[in-house]
Amino acid sequence: MKYYLLLLICCFYNTISSQNCNSNFSGVVQDFHDGTPIIAATVYIESLKKYTTTDNNGKFLFENLCDGEIEVIVSHISCETKRLNIEIKGNSYFKVSLEHHIEELGEIKIEGKSNNILTKTSQETLLKSESLERFSASSLGDALKLVSGVSSINTGNSIVKPVINGLHSSRVVVMTNGVRLQDQEWGIEHAPNIDLNTAGSINVIKGANALAYGGDAIGGVIVLKPSRVSLKDSLYGKTIISGQTNGRGFSANSSLTKTYQKGWFMGAQASLKRFGDFESPKYNLTNTGLNSKGFSLNGGYKSFEQGFNVYYSFLDNEIAILKASHIGNIEDLVNAINSQNPLVIEKFSYDINPPRQEVTHQIIKADFYKRFENFGRLEAQYDFQNNQRYEYDIRVGDDKNKPAIDLTLKTHSFRTSLKVDSNSSSTYEFGFNAGFQDNFANPDTGVRRLIPDYDKYDFGVFAITSLKPNENTNIDFGIRYDFNRIDAKKFYLSSRWSERDYDKDFSDIVIDDLGTQLLTNPIFNYHNISASMGVSYKIDEKSSMIFNYGLSNRAPNPAELFSDGLHHSAARIELGDLRIKQETSNRVSGVYRYENNAFYINIEPFYNHIKDYIFIEPTSTEQTLRGAFPVWSYNQTNASLYGIDIASNYKFNQQWSFNHKSSFIKGRDLKQRIALIDMPSFKTVNIISYSNSKWLNFNSELQSELILRQNDYPNYNFEVYVPTTEEFVEVDVSTPPPTYHLLHFQSDITLNLSTKTDLNIGLNITNVFNISYREYLNRSRYFSDDLGRNIMLQLKLNY
Amino acid sequence: MKLFKKISIVLLATIIFTACSDDDNPTPVNEEEVITTLTATLTPVAGGDVITLQTRDLDGDGPNAPVVTVSGNLAANTTYNGSLELLNETENPAESINEEIEEEDDEHQFFYQATNSIATFTYSDTDGDGNPIGLEFQLVTSTAATGNITITLRHEPNKEAAGVSDGDITNAGGETDIQAVFPVTVQ
Repeated sequence: MKYYLLLLICCFYNTISSQNCNSNFSGVVQDFHDGTPIIAATVYIESLKKYTTTDNNGKFLFENLCDGEIEVIVSHISCETKRLNIEIKGNSYFKVSLEHHIEELGEIKIEGKSNNILTKTSQETLLKSESLERFSASSLGDALKLVSGVSSINTGNSIVKPVINGLHSSRVVVMTNGVRLQDQEWGIEHAPNIDLNTAGSINVIKGANALAYGGDAIGGVIVLKPSRVSLKDSLYGKTIISGQTNGRGFSANSSLTKTYQKGWFMGAQASLKRFGDFESPKYNLTNTGLNSKGFSLNGGYKSFEQGFNVYYSFLDNEIAILKASHIGNIEDLVNAINSQNPLVIEKFSYDINPPRQEVTHQIIKADFYKRFENFGRLEAQYDFQNNQRYEYDIRVGDDKNKPAIDLTLKTHSFRTSLKVDSNSSSTYEFGFNAGFQDNFANPDTGVRRLIPDYDKYDFGVFAITSLKPNENTNIDFGIRYDFNRIDAKKFYLSSRWSERDYDKDFSDIVIDDLGTQLLTNPIFNYHNISASMGVSYKIDEKSSMIFNYGLSNRAPNPAELFSDGLHHSAARIELGDLRIKQETSNRVSGVYRYENNAFYINIEPFYNHIKDYIFIEPTSTEQTLRGAFPVWSYNQTNASLYGIDIASNYKFNQQWSFNHKSSFIKGRDLKQRIALIDMPSFKTVNIISYSNSKWLNFNSELQSELILRQNDYPNYNFEVYVPTTEEFVEVDVSTPPPTYHLLHFQSDITLNLSTKTDLNIGLNITNVFNISYREYLNRSRYFSDDLGRNIMLQLKLNY
Repeated sequence: MKLFKKISIVLLATIIFTACSDDDNPTPVNEEEVITTLTATLTPVAGGDVITLQTRDLDGDGPNAPVVTVSGNLAANTTYNGSLELLNETENPAESINEEIEEEDDEHQFFYQATNSIATFTYSDTDGDGNPIGLEFQLVTSTAATGNITITLRHEPNKEAAGVSDGDITNAGGETDIQAVFPVTVQ
């Protein structure tokens, strides 16, 4: 190898030395987008160690160069450095285009503040990897609570769904690595199946102002992005290991990325979590463990002008559901509610027994982009998702090991967008997407399908424009049209069919009569229009304001249309309704932000009027052979949701700071003139933190979390006759649990093991005083207290 | 351009491997575990009319309530041998659920209650651990009166808890698989 090199060098030397050395090399450096000259860019010829800078017209000149190949490095502050191999043959002229808006490429900007927000005129919060790493062992929904106005709706502690300003499930779009996650939209028990460790950062956009991601995100959009890849020859990674007392479990996550200066990159990540039964302050929460395995592979090529990315991820979550929440009939529910303690408390175990869920989610994605000089950027992406969901109930006999729900959800989607950004004061983006989804409900379960087989087709187009009339103002307009079609095949019990009066309105969709059951073929088409408008205005150096308005339509999801059957863990019969129409949201919101060196405050009020708001509420009881069950039906009303989210921070000095977050929300049912069910209660989080870089980068914080009792709730309590005690009792499914206050402590130090390796050791204690509490938005609250104290030790190794 | 060729190949491959769904109609599910019918047959030990108590809910967890029938009045101060039959009549022929309960007898127990003290019950069968199941039982009526007989099947009860093996449901726990109330006249 050495000899070849030597030979090569000799040849080069010969050719170079034999040629003319009076050539001039001149050129111009300009902005890639609009062709404006870049002033004071550095042009460096590496082999000759010669420098020059560009003049006011972006021009540069080297004199008296020898002919031959040279390597030129062109750099400018806030631009991406460019390397070029240029052949000099006599006087040569060369045009170099630099990317001026470096943040759009997702590069790490070394100087100044990196501010990777996705929208300029929305209520948006960015969570960076440092904050997310702390949640390596937890779920997405837990991490998102760092954002004021985001809460969660839980089934136990492992099934956590994010709630943005009171809205959740299919009103919140979750994007992971450019893919719209399809698995979590139906009902509360379907949490987003996502490994937080695959995300480098998360953007939370409240409201439907990010039309590029979909028009139906009435609640908001959560965008998870992988860690950025920098274009240099490098191999790096990180490993996070944590162990915790509550659940007696561990979590490990490791990732490794290889990058090349030429633009190629590849990476792999794997994570593993194992927890046994969690515990409340007073007792063990039998059957609440978690077993999660996941990995992802990522690779591609990236340059300023073009690139592609291929991504695969696999995640398998096995989640145990509190055994005491599995209920036979309403009498059991009464017993469970009235009993202070869960009805089943066993010794600690790592076993995951029924009731449990096992969900496997796979994503395959391929995308590419190309930039056109003086024009813009074209992107295209195809992705496929496969979601396999098993839910195991407690069953008897031969069916013991059979799942009660076995759904396979396959989604293909294709999208493309064109962003015209040659003019820095106005950019335009046009996009198109098409999707096909197929849900298969396996009949081998021997349980009537809760969600039927269906095919779903989606088609959407959008246009967004961003204008910058002056230095201090940004204006965004967007409009989007979506078409959704659901083509389902569903069996109805004949008795249910006539009880719901479907025989009058839907007799034409019956395709087969099996006596006790009818096979129907409902086909629904929905046309949805969404629009958004936003203005941001910088009042002065310290304060700025945003105002935005969003109109969005959301078509009902399959659960809202077709749900039909008994949900054991909730002891309720859930009924969808074929008559449900799409809901329309009109949301206005604003942000006021003030910031100086020591203090910032962010105030975000909003008002959301939702016409035909779809929600589930208790409507009656039904008698079965097991006894009575409450019936919860999907219903529509006009709703108004309004509230305010506040986040602020004050730095006393280099070491001490104080952070505050509060969110207040009210939800009203405008037709019935009562409060909306399942609205998060007032929450305030106050954090006092101390850090000292001299003590091994010591950080620590004490966090106080106060959640007031939800006093504004609809009363859906009802009376039921209990045969075993021969009395009528009230079933209290409505009254919210009392106010609670928790303290959390967290501390970490960082050791530099070598120039490229550091080790961060963190200690997290949640619920320091082991307080017993129940959360209104946790469906297990009827059955048990929430989690008690947890001490977690976390090691993070960056290399 | 080479790059995009490669991408297209990847795209095509994924589509080919994953596309295609059949347009067939789904097969119906006849619920296997549903108990639609519970029949208690009461045979007087000393001879006389056999009385049946039945609850029948042909649409399972559907909207129609179970239909409760009592074939006749019970005789006062009489001992009856009782036995239960559980059926899933959504299947054809109807499936007996008794076998499943017998197979997992340690995980099941029936409880019998009567209002106005119209009857007392004793278990006539036991599981492998010597605890009662309740598929077979004995009923002794009191003097003439009217009241309700409630039959409850609990799945995974705590059979060792105080009073449970004597038929007291208070501490039994577990979850309810069947609960039926029969209005009865003793004369």
